[in-house]
Amino acid sequence: MKPVSSWGRLDAHFHQLVGLYDAGSVGDILSRKNPGIAYGMGRSYGDVCLNPGGLLWVTTGLDRFIAFDEETGVLTCEAGVLLEEIQKIFIPRGWTLPVTPGTLQITVGGAIANDVHGKNHHVEGSFGDHVRRVRLIRTDGETIEAGPELQPDWFAATVGGMGLTGVIVDADIRLKPIKGPWLDAETIPYENLDEFFELADASEAEWEHTVSWVDGLSGKFGRGIFLRANPVEAFQREPRAWAVSVPFTPPFSLANPLAMRCFNSAYYEFRKRRAGRSVTHCDAFLYPLDCIREWNRIYGPSGFFQYQLVVPRETGKDAVQAALNEIVLAQEGSFLAVLKTFGARDALGMMSFPRPGVTLAMDFPSRGERTQRLFEKLDAIVKNAGGRLYPAKDARMPKALFEAGYPRVEEFLKYRDAGISSGLSRRLMGI
Amino acid sequence: MEEEERRRIVVVGATSAIAGHCARIWAQRGPTDLVLVGRDAAKLEHVASDLRVRGSASDIRIVQLDFLDTEEIASTVASIAQEPIDIVLIAHGALPLQDACQTDLALCRETLEVNGVSPVLFAEAFAGAMDENREATIALIGSVAGDRGRKSNYVYGSAKGLIDRYAQGLQHRFYGTKIRVVLVKPGPTDTPMTARLRAEGASLAPAAGVARRIVNAIDKGRGVVYAPCHWSLVMRALRCLPDFVFYRLNI
Repeated sequence: MKPVSSWGRLDAHFHQLVGLYDAGSVGDILSRKNPGIAYGMGRSYGDVCLNPGGLLWVTTGLDRFIAFDEETGVLTCEAGVLLEEIQKIFIPRGWTLPVTPGTLQITVGGAIANDVHGKNHHVEGSFGDHVRRVRLIRTDGETIEAGPELQPDWFAATVGGMGLTGVIVDADIRLKPIKGPWLDAETIPYENLDEFFELADASEAEWEHTVSWVDGLSGKFGRGIFLRANPVEAFQREPRAWAVSVPFTPPFSLANPLAMRCFNSAYYEFRKRRAGRSVTHCDAFLYPLDCIREWNRIYGPSGFFQYQLVVPRETGKDAVQAALNEIVLAQEGSFLAVLKTFGARDALGMMSFPRPGVTLAMDFPSRGERTQRLFEKLDAIVKNAGGRLYPAKDARMPKALFEAGYPRVEEFLKYRDAGISSGLSRRLMGI
Repeated sequence: MEEEERRRIVVVGATSAIAGHCARIWAQRGPTDLVLVGRDAAKLEHVASDLRVRGSASDIRIVQLDFLDTEEIASTVASIAQEPIDIVLIAHGALPLQDACQTDLALCRETLEVNGVSPVLFAEAFAGAMDENREATIALIGSVAGDRGRKSNYVYGSAKGLIDRYAQGLQHRFYGTKIRVVLVKPGPTDTPMTARLRAEGASLAPAAGVARRIVNAIDKGRGVVYAPCHWSLVMRALRCLPDFVFYRLNI
């Protein structure tokens, strides 16, 4: 038994770790008697990847590529391969993953199970939209292959299925041709949410990547920095890969209200001065935090919550405004509040998070009661706006909000594997 | 990388996690001819397909044989060595339970053979087939377990200790020639071989990092390398401990 925590570092319960290394023997290792959950990089924030007191099947040993078709761009690989590994090998050859989230330090299996999205959601949808096939091993030994045309019901349950339909052992992913790693990026400051929505709407047609950082603390809430980018062919010297690491966990959270207010104002002014267009390496634009390893430590020993909501466009502006108001009132807030519009497409997974609308993601240091009180207020806003929260980021949402946000949960339960259970599944689905 | 010529690298025990990661580094670096030698043809094929995707310009061959059959080893090595070899990495091994080795002499013998005798047979066969006037490296994987016998792991440890002495002798033999002998001693590494240690909650070094260190050591032609490097200090201290202190440690 070993203490394991997820990215939010909220607690470190004991788990029994069992490494999966050989896809052929996964069926022998899984058993109905002792429920577990597949665990990759532990980059989800809450308990979707944890099973306190129980088994974790560690998938990072399933890290082999199986085949690549140069004609169609379809890559077959095991579920523990990291997105970073795929990008490192294939970008120089002119191929890229069509969808990547804000970090590449996650496994293919995790990307499918959480149906992750990126800054180009309005163009490419979410990760599951590019998966052609998955192979699941169930704890009763059965193997299930599913894809958009092959057992589409199993596919819809598994994409975004939080690892609960079986252990994903390998997958086919369609890569996209790319000219190189460069982006033509533009930085535009905005003063309020109206301006944000104008910018977002104006950018969707012509820009592949859009995202914004919103200053949720300064009192002038709703101001922020809008970023958009398109792939561009450029022949610049590749920047040296570098990364620093937060070397230890400080005894208290560095994210206190004063520090965060200063950081947010300074960051806003800094980015505002550097507004305009420039050619940027995709790593710097898409994965800015990947060069600060273990940045989650700055929140100190108590860890932090991430709160990511999506609300429909009709109610979106008011809901985001109301949420930002509550955060300012509560004197809570985060270094990184991210605001982005999703494209007008529903995800294919029954339990996928992305939906047409606008999404807001924020970090909150865990400070007991007062943090929970703020979450209750935010929950009410999300529920009234007809929105939902992202399970991959969640460690505390009430069951009622989950059920309201994910109306297909009843249908999903039929595809669950009885030998798979996570902290999140017990909290939100009872088993 | 740019002007580097195509190298020919032989990996014995290629299905082992550490060797597999070394092969990945070599295949991804640039066009390389890799010969993967192993016991299990199906597993070798998985490793080879992975390497073919990673290094599309590399040529990957697999060779399957019995690791204890001296005649088969001699003939296989002779046929591989018909073309010049730049690097041989001998990496196979198996980690049984110490308790089981104490009660089961067959397992005890197998442990000594797989971890000690067999790697030496391969190294000896390659050493005899290599041209002393051509630059080449023979790399062997020892273990920190071979540095000092201890009650929890001494059968495996003594086989690895054999590798240690053997590598020393080979280094002496090739002194003044163009052949270098590199001995790498990894600490506990996250591989299928140590799955039991992981389940017990031991902290294990990632195999990819250990592999990077091995490839570096081979590039630089260093004699003895610990991976990760902190084991060098830990083992120096452990070797120096007087018996009356060492025997009280429960390790």
